[in-house]
Amino acid sequence: MTQIIDRRLSGKNKSAVNRQRFIRRYKSQIKKAVTEVISGRSITDIDRGEKINIPAKDIQEPAIGHGPGGRREGVTPGNREFITGDQFDRPPDGAGGQDSQASDQGEGEDEFSFNLSREEFLEVFFEDLALPDLIKTQLAKITEHKIIRAGHTPTGVPTNIDVVRSLRGSLARRITLGAPYRTQLAEVEASLEALRASPAPDKDEIVALEEEIVRLKKRIDAIPFIDTFDLRYRNHIKQAMPSTQAVMFCLMDVSGSMNEHRKDIAKRFFILLYLFLTRHYERIQLVFIRHHTVAMEVDENDFFYARETGGTVVSSALEMMYSIIKQRYPTSDWNIYAAQASDGDNWNNDSLLCKDLLLDKIMPCLQYYAYVEIEAEQGQNLWQEYEHVNEIFSNFVMQRIHDLPDIYPVFRQLFQKQSI
Amino acid sequence: MKRKVISTGSDWNFEFIQRYDQEIARVAEHYHLDTYPTQIEIISAEQMMDAYSSVGMPVGYHHWSYGKQFAAVEQRYKRGHMGLAYEIVINSDPCIAYLMEENTMMMQALVLAHAAYGHNSFFKGNYMFRTWTSADAIIDYLIFAKNYITKCEERHGVEQVEQLLDSCHSLMNYGVDRYKRPSTLSVEQERQRQEEREVYLQSQVNDLWRTVPTRDAAEQDPQEERFPSEPQENLLYFIEKNAPLLEPWQREIIRIVRKIAQYFYPQRQTQVMNEGWATFWHYTILNHMYDEGLLTDGFMLEFMQSHTNVIAQLPYNHPHYSGINPYALGFAMMSDIRRICEHPTDEDRHWFPDIAGGDWVSVLDFAMRNFKDESFIAQYLSPKLIRDFRFFAVLDDDARDKLEISAIHDEQGYRAIRQVLADQYNLGSREPNIQVYNVDRRGDRSLILRHSQYNRRPLNDDADEVLKHLGRLWGFNVRLETVNDDGRVESTHEWTQEN
Repeated sequence: MTQIIDRRLSGKNKSAVNRQRFIRRYKSQIKKAVTEVISGRSITDIDRGEKINIPAKDIQEPAIGHGPGGRREGVTPGNREFITGDQFDRPPDGAGGQDSQASDQGEGEDEFSFNLSREEFLEVFFEDLALPDLIKTQLAKITEHKIIRAGHTPTGVPTNIDVVRSLRGSLARRITLGAPYRTQLAEVEASLEALRASPAPDKDEIVALEEEIVRLKKRIDAIPFIDTFDLRYRNHIKQAMPSTQAVMFCLMDVSGSMNEHRKDIAKRFFILLYLFLTRHYERIQLVFIRHHTVAMEVDENDFFYARETGGTVVSSALEMMYSIIKQRYPTSDWNIYAAQASDGDNWNNDSLLCKDLLLDKIMPCLQYYAYVEIEAEQGQNLWQEYEHVNEIFSNFVMQRIHDLPDIYPVFRQLFQKQSI
Repeated sequence: MKRKVISTGSDWNFEFIQRYDQEIARVAEHYHLDTYPTQIEIISAEQMMDAYSSVGMPVGYHHWSYGKQFAAVEQRYKRGHMGLAYEIVINSDPCIAYLMEENTMMMQALVLAHAAYGHNSFFKGNYMFRTWTSADAIIDYLIFAKNYITKCEERHGVEQVEQLLDSCHSLMNYGVDRYKRPSTLSVEQERQRQEEREVYLQSQVNDLWRTVPTRDAAEQDPQEERFPSEPQENLLYFIEKNAPLLEPWQREIIRIVRKIAQYFYPQRQTQVMNEGWATFWHYTILNHMYDEGLLTDGFMLEFMQSHTNVIAQLPYNHPHYSGINPYALGFAMMSDIRRICEHPTDEDRHWFPDIAGGDWVSVLDFAMRNFKDESFIAQYLSPKLIRDFRFFAVLDDDARDKLEISAIHDEQGYRAIRQVLADQYNLGSREPNIQVYNVDRRGDRSLILRHSQYNRRPLNDDADEVLKHLGRLWGFNVRLETVNDDGRVESTHEWTQEN
């Protein structure tokens, strides 16, 4: 009577649709919660899911029930000290021991909390953001090709011969071409048989028929086993493939004026850009260039945590970036993004050089260049020069950041979805 | 007669489950448990969470509230705040019981006895379930419902359907017939009738609202006849049949929600009995098997530990106290009935002359079949149990300054406590009594509900929100009147289309 079924392997995400609907419905509340989380999180933690709290009141499903008041009587277990007729004050908060269908959720009374997975978290985080020119890049600037199989052709190079296909064609041809001879052969053999079986066979006729049989067999054998006509070659065509790799240059000033706090803001800025790129590209390479008076390519750890002091020559970093692009990242294969963080200090005469470098050499190679100036006073000369670049290139964006909580809104403003 | 131990380790496998099932079935048979065939499904923890959040429906339509439920369950489970239930059992024929793969062999056996034989026989035997649910049709109906709602979403948009479902869900508790027995239909009939309904319902409604400014009507008594002529307790049913502006598909969805509410209606009224019954039987069956030598001592120790956890009742002043544990109360009452039959005291003979000393198997069977929580407690709660639980009743009257202990576990208090406790499980007094009273057919078509107050208890704050949902379904203004205990009627809540 009992049937045992192992269901463990059948689908387990039955609730996925419901979950999506829940998240969609409360998008605004969830977004708000995510925003709060971002400003409070440590850098290395950005790329994971998060526990989200939203006010339980907002998502409650209404149901009619009894409110407080009136006359109510309830039974409670565990009496120790009471006898009938005892009177006592109401406990505060109306939390009368009786008849309270107290939920076992404990502290989860005014807050509904649940976990957003990493994907959901980032999805919310990046929602309605898109890099400018991204669609253009992916659709218009198709430069990479992928070879794919595309059926068979009668011509080609020997390495591409499809043996099975070719032999199948050869077999078909041999059957077709040999068919008339085989029919004749069968007829001749039948009449020879009949002749031999007859009481007085005509010797000459038998010889003639036997010769005819030999002739027909020769004709059949003469059909070539394989012909160039039979050959089939595997066909390959090139299909255009949107480039899905990107390189992101992180440029940071590590001169003496960049204190820990400023560096921390810069780090967050880079990480947000990086995370955003991971949503759009399969492979992303990072190049870290830090500079004071000279630039140096370093690994991530050194970039963020090594200490340096000294003056500032920004153009050294830009020059280094340009030479790396030339050597390693041809623009035909790579989408190139750059993010620069600085406190705006620069050696005066150098700013002009930076502007020229950007205008003439670097910007034409890039998808996007983002510059943030951290805790700078107004009127730094680098900022002024960069404003010229900003006027010419719409994919050059600059922004001032003042404190940690500013990062997220600034980030959004930087990458605000542009109408295409 | 010495039998061979079934298994020794804590790991389970399919053969063991089958052996245990056979033995449990044999013992259940011995105690005359009448069950549906069982379908045991082994599932993983994730699947258990899925099952959880669809409120135990094996097939559910999509709605965000189930997603919310899932998110909450997942959150608590992953943080270790909560263990998942070891089993979920569906009132269907065959009865579907889910076992989690993480369970030990002992747990699987316990769950088998508890769900596949305890709950199962309760579903099959109890009059509430026999009257209100048709176990053989529910799965088919749920599939029909899911497909229908999906179709509506494709045709009318997810948002539209979601809004409608929100409104229906808020009135779900008022979508049941409490007194009228619905006739049972097969799935095929159900589908045919649904198509017929779509066509005819609309015409009926049109008929109802046909403007009739004829001479006859004008001459009629100003004391206009009410519509409906009798108050209607099933709000969703009333809306489905009479709301003027709804489309046929909307009526069908209302019907689906109301049907599902009706399906769960018995479960809401038999919590104590159902859990008590199942717990009593897993306890009895496994002990029986142990006595036969089928189970090891280790198995029994592990079993006793989890059984004891299940039936623990915390006192009211314990920090984790969360009301009366239905498992504890139910199990204690079932065991107590057996005790009264087997070893009655003079007190029992005085209180329960009809069952004291009787055959406990048939007495329990009778109790299981013919009661719901409220009447079961009113009938069988014995003074001994009231003493064991140290029950006391507290009276909270907002006309008085102080709370009062109205009864405790003593000679004078037994009956009062039994009465109050039974009332605590009475859906009729737990939920406000709201009925459709009238429709202003000749005026602004507003719907008038009446709330008959119980012990002067007012409605909670959600009432306005729910009225809004009701107004959305009805399409015109909705007014709620409250009838006080002394018969005075006053209008307390109102929803008008303008706001």
